[in-house]
Amino acid sequence: MSQTAASLREQFPLLAAAPELHYLDSAATAQIHRAALDAVLHHETTSRANVMRGTYRLAEAADRAYGAARQSVARFLNADSADEIVFTSGATAALNLVAHAFGATLRPGDRVLLSVAEHHSNFVPWQMLRDRCGIELALIPVDADGRLDLAHLPELMGSRCRLVAVTQCSNVTGAWTDVAAIVAAARKAGARVLLDGAQAVQHGPQDVQALDVDFYAFSGHKCFGPGGVGVLWGRAEVLAQMPPFHGGGGMIVEVTLQATTWAEAPQRFEAGTPPIAQAVGLAAALEWMMTLDWAAIAEREDRLCRQLIDGLSRIPGLRLLGPLDGKRAPIVSFDMPGLHPHDICQVLDAGNVALRGGHHCAQPLLTALGVDVCTRASIALYNDEADVQALQDGLDHACRELA
Amino acid sequence: MSDPDALYQDAIKQFARAAHGHGQLENATGEAKLNNPLCGDRVRMQVAIDAGRIAAIAHDTRGCLLCRAAAALIGVRAAGQDAAAMDAVTDALDAMLKGVAPIPVAWPELAMFEPARAYPSRHKCVLLPFHALQAALRNAAAATSSGDHRDQ
Repeated sequence: MSQTAASLREQFPLLAAAPELHYLDSAATAQIHRAALDAVLHHETTSRANVMRGTYRLAEAADRAYGAARQSVARFLNADSADEIVFTSGATAALNLVAHAFGATLRPGDRVLLSVAEHHSNFVPWQMLRDRCGIELALIPVDADGRLDLAHLPELMGSRCRLVAVTQCSNVTGAWTDVAAIVAAARKAGARVLLDGAQAVQHGPQDVQALDVDFYAFSGHKCFGPGGVGVLWGRAEVLAQMPPFHGGGGMIVEVTLQATTWAEAPQRFEAGTPPIAQAVGLAAALEWMMTLDWAAIAEREDRLCRQLIDGLSRIPGLRLLGPLDGKRAPIVSFDMPGLHPHDICQVLDAGNVALRGGHHCAQPLLTALGVDVCTRASIALYNDEADVQALQDGLDHACRELA
Repeated sequence: MSDPDALYQDAIKQFARAAHGHGQLENATGEAKLNNPLCGDRVRMQVAIDAGRIAAIAHDTRGCLLCRAAAALIGVRAAGQDAAAMDAVTDALDAMLKGVAPIPVAWPELAMFEPARAYPSRHKCVLLPFHALQAALRNAAAATSSGDHRDQ
């Protein structure tokens, strides 16, 4: 079903209540869809109980809702089985889970290959693992537009690469990763592939089988769902070989005074009470997303992105970061020499334009691009021409105000 | 809603542009570098201490207008102060930004930051140079007592 940006905007309670707001920070947090809010409220007021513990009817209703949420995520990702879906507190937690649990299967001298374009959440856990366990880290460089430079992939993998962990789409430049090339090289080297899908999921359902990766991580708050929930998808045979990350209730078969035996995945990786209502809300958001005409949405997002890039290109001195041509996500970052992103964002806020300024948790990428900080506008399905125009008008005002 | 335009008064822009105190000290006895992890802003503050007071000060500030204006104000006003006086000014500025105290009498120019009260995410921008100066003064004192020169 094809919908206009205005009709989509109406489905987001915060945006519907604030018609003057030009929200251009969906790459940080997308707004929550009414279906997700309704599902959380419905669950908490009809089915709230702990899961996989109780035998009373209310607890069974909670079990059913949580299990159905896992099924929805599996459909959204085209996973082979819902047992490959692990609920976490977010993408960061999912990435840390892999760094710990898959990391526990690595030996000193084994290599993990990252890229310079990673969000800190896909850098820091691996640096911590390196410092803890003596693995080697190697880095795929980026070109001048922030695209991963895959020219020397085999050499970067070396002979002991066990995992390539990269972003699917940069949160700074909007550059998409050539996943197929990375998977092909990784398979040749016998390495697994982890994809950080945090920026990809708000632009449509994903297909982990077509991507042919081994892990996929994302957050609920970036795809119109609640905060506090995320997902790690892992290929069943890989999850089966991994020890738990956290210990606690719900992830065991038996605990004795001497030892504990682990449950199978996904429970093995969900110690403690999971984010149940948040998972139910996320599932509602994903179910809604799966009804949308994503080709039409991608066309509109791309058109807005081009308009934005064209408008920004006309501002004297402004430097656009990231690819200017080809397929890109509608995430546009820029540097205006002499104007600090925090000052720009502050002035634009007066015109109700919500932008992000700073290092975007991607300091190595910004360093590679030759800047310390930058300003970012990110476009989602509820944005329209008025949002892009407000940004451009606001920047004109900021240039005068801050000069 | 407060008007962010009010934040960018001419005084802030003039101080930021003037960058009083920008540079490097050859004879620094204390130095500190602080970052604002939110935005990557950085301040390096150097002091030369004589008889317990700031004899000379220099800073290298990479930041927003608020941060640069605060560093420039320090460049104008900090010479002659001791660590206790700078702690008092910093505490008073912090309290002013939090809305629990008036403009510090000792440094009336701090009034230019009063509109920042409405924006808690920007308080750190104003305070970063002051915190860097406090750290530089602590390092100078530690270097004096240990005969060693330390960075933070």
